[in-house]
Amino acid sequence: MKYSMSALFENKPGVLNRVVSLFRRRNFNIDSLTVGRTEIPDLSRMTILIEGTEAEARKVEKSLYKLPNVVQVEHLHDKPSVTRDLALIKVEVDGQKRPEVMQLCDIFRARVVDVAQSSVIVEITGEEDKIESFIELLRNIGIIEMVRTGIVAMGRGQHTVTPANGYRKLGTKTYKNVI
Amino acid sequence: MKLTGAEILWECLIREGVDLVFGYPGGAILPAYDAMTKYPQVHHVLVRHEQGAAHMADGYARATGKVGVAVATSGPGATNLVTGIATAMLDSTPMVCITGQVPTGVIGSDAFQETDITGITLPITKHNYLVVDVEDIVHTIREAFYLARSGRPGPVLVDIPKDVQIATTEFDYPDEPVTVPGQRPVGEALQDELDVMLEMISQSNRPLILGGHGITLSGAERELLKFVEKVQVPVALTLLGKGTMPEGHPLCLGMMGMHGEAHVNLAIQEADLLLAFGMRFDDRVTGDLSTYAQNSRKIQIDIDASEINKNVRVDLGITGDLRQVLNQVLPRLKNTDHREWHKLIRGWQEERHSRDIYNLEEGDKLYAAHVIRDLWKYTGGDCIVVTDVGQHQMWEAQYYPHERPRTLITSGGLGTMGFGFPAAIGARMGLPHEEVWAIVGDGGFQMTMAELATAVEQKVSVNIAIMNNRYLGMVRQWQEFFYEERYHATPMASPDFCKLADAYNIPSMRVTARGEVSKSVDFARSHQDGPVLIEYVVEKHDIVYPMVPTGAALHNMIRRPRAVTASSEKE
Repeated sequence: MKYSMSALFENKPGVLNRVVSLFRRRNFNIDSLTVGRTEIPDLSRMTILIEGTEAEARKVEKSLYKLPNVVQVEHLHDKPSVTRDLALIKVEVDGQKRPEVMQLCDIFRARVVDVAQSSVIVEITGEEDKIESFIELLRNIGIIEMVRTGIVAMGRGQHTVTPANGYRKLGTKTYKNVI
Repeated sequence: MKLTGAEILWECLIREGVDLVFGYPGGAILPAYDAMTKYPQVHHVLVRHEQGAAHMADGYARATGKVGVAVATSGPGATNLVTGIATAMLDSTPMVCITGQVPTGVIGSDAFQETDITGITLPITKHNYLVVDVEDIVHTIREAFYLARSGRPGPVLVDIPKDVQIATTEFDYPDEPVTVPGQRPVGEALQDELDVMLEMISQSNRPLILGGHGITLSGAERELLKFVEKVQVPVALTLLGKGTMPEGHPLCLGMMGMHGEAHVNLAIQEADLLLAFGMRFDDRVTGDLSTYAQNSRKIQIDIDASEINKNVRVDLGITGDLRQVLNQVLPRLKNTDHREWHKLIRGWQEERHSRDIYNLEEGDKLYAAHVIRDLWKYTGGDCIVVTDVGQHQMWEAQYYPHERPRTLITSGGLGTMGFGFPAAIGARMGLPHEEVWAIVGDGGFQMTMAELATAVEQKVSVNIAIMNNRYLGMVRQWQEFFYEERYHATPMASPDFCKLADAYNIPSMRVTARGEVSKSVDFARSHQDGPVLIEYVVEKHDIVYPMVPTGAALHNMIRRPRAVTASSEKE
């Protein structure tokens, strides 16, 4: 199964290297990793998608907290959240295929952002599933080049991941069933 | 007042309580060495190889509980620290390494003696820093010491380019305590965690504590003893857990794991509740995980959340400081006795005597285990013992009982050969009133024996006991068991250690018979103004028993063949 989490960390040189080195060293299977600026100038946010078990997802969280630059880590898979991925896809088209691509874009609410003699670039944003099915359809037409951002995610409503969330004790969460 | 970066460095180190550093100068760290002359309150120990500096700082830290400091130059100086840093990392030693770096302007240009030491040590430090601005030195050094000692301790490296050491700025030392944004306070357990823990303890008939290094790191020895006596629960120790509980105590079973005593490992397999206190279920103590302690529920208390459920799935994991958690739980514990359980363990324990190397006929052989036992006996058993890695290390663990914390210093996690002798120098320099014995093998000693000169120069009274079996004994043992006795690359020639000692003007003695061990202790004690070297020429083909082969279940041990003793003949 896939697990997503959102991590806030200090925006300092080398921190991304520390995070990536940690994932490699602990043998975590990272599906997608996106990094960008946040509402707080000193902090960056990372959305991590891992393929594995929940126990592994918890290990990732606990290991991240060992890095002094990591401020906050929250799981998003266990709360309502919005997940988005963006893809730019350059599709090979001729006069005949172009309307077909435009039609698909309409259905998937994708946009054509560049038109050239024999190709178009389409931009699609959405959940991974939707993008995957769009790509599948375009494959039959002919994909020349593709780039994806990886997923970004955010909890809905009150499920906000900010440093103000404060201190939460890490535990095993399984012990309720012990006795 | 304006100070140079180098001066600020020493000002900060002194404020952290540093009065002793181990190091080796070089181009990129020269400004710091030059500035050191203004701070006579800091004693510098010139080592003969930077690895020695790291191990000395490590030994110093383990013996005293303070942060050890190693200093090296850029490039090769820094890379020579690496083994020592990794050793400290795996055994959670608080240590700060200061390295020089090429000037900021040439970083990244493959300048002379440039290495990316923060990149190299990233996975083997708790944290590291490259300081690119003289303004950053104060808070970096403060953070480095804070991180090295707080939570689960570990090594921190601070890399300072030469131009940053030379640059000047106004020196201003803040009063407020250090805060690190990502650091979460870890202390007490939650109430419902305690409730579950107490319930599990009350339901248990065969409880067993697995005691690790974390007990000493959190200073929970007294609380542990109270806990043990109240619940009457026996304690099995990890290698680094030795000393956390007096081994003479009737409820202390001894060391567990690959070379642990059979009754200890059996107790783990038969227990119905394991209480893992500050230990991390290393593969050397669990053996095959799928057959490990299948009869028990498990409670793990560790200050490092990522250790919980890492190797062994536990039923209750408490992230907290062991001393604080035990203090929370102590008033709520009920007196129990668990007599049946103790009787069962005692039964297994009796079996030990017939197989004990201690009961072997000596004949004309000198067994390392006998030497170590006799060292314990004739020194009064209250020394600080620093071991190297290999067979002698395991015999030390089996035959030298420790009664006080921090009296056994050994490289457990990384298993670093060459650690013992320099770490013993560091330990003795930290505790000048203690008797320190470095028990080393002929292989490991030759890795770092260059530090003999350091010990002489600094007049460090360390007693070096070399168990010379003319083999890499532990590797040879594996070749015997698992590689059909092909003793390849394990027979080892050594110099005449006594002549070597002569070259350094170190008093030395060679022991070839058991009767001479007590004399060797007297000999060592009669020379207290510097190191003493004693070579024990021990049996070549001895084996550490019991042994759990890698990947085997913990109860499937290879045992020493029964010794023919007076008592077994009677049976």
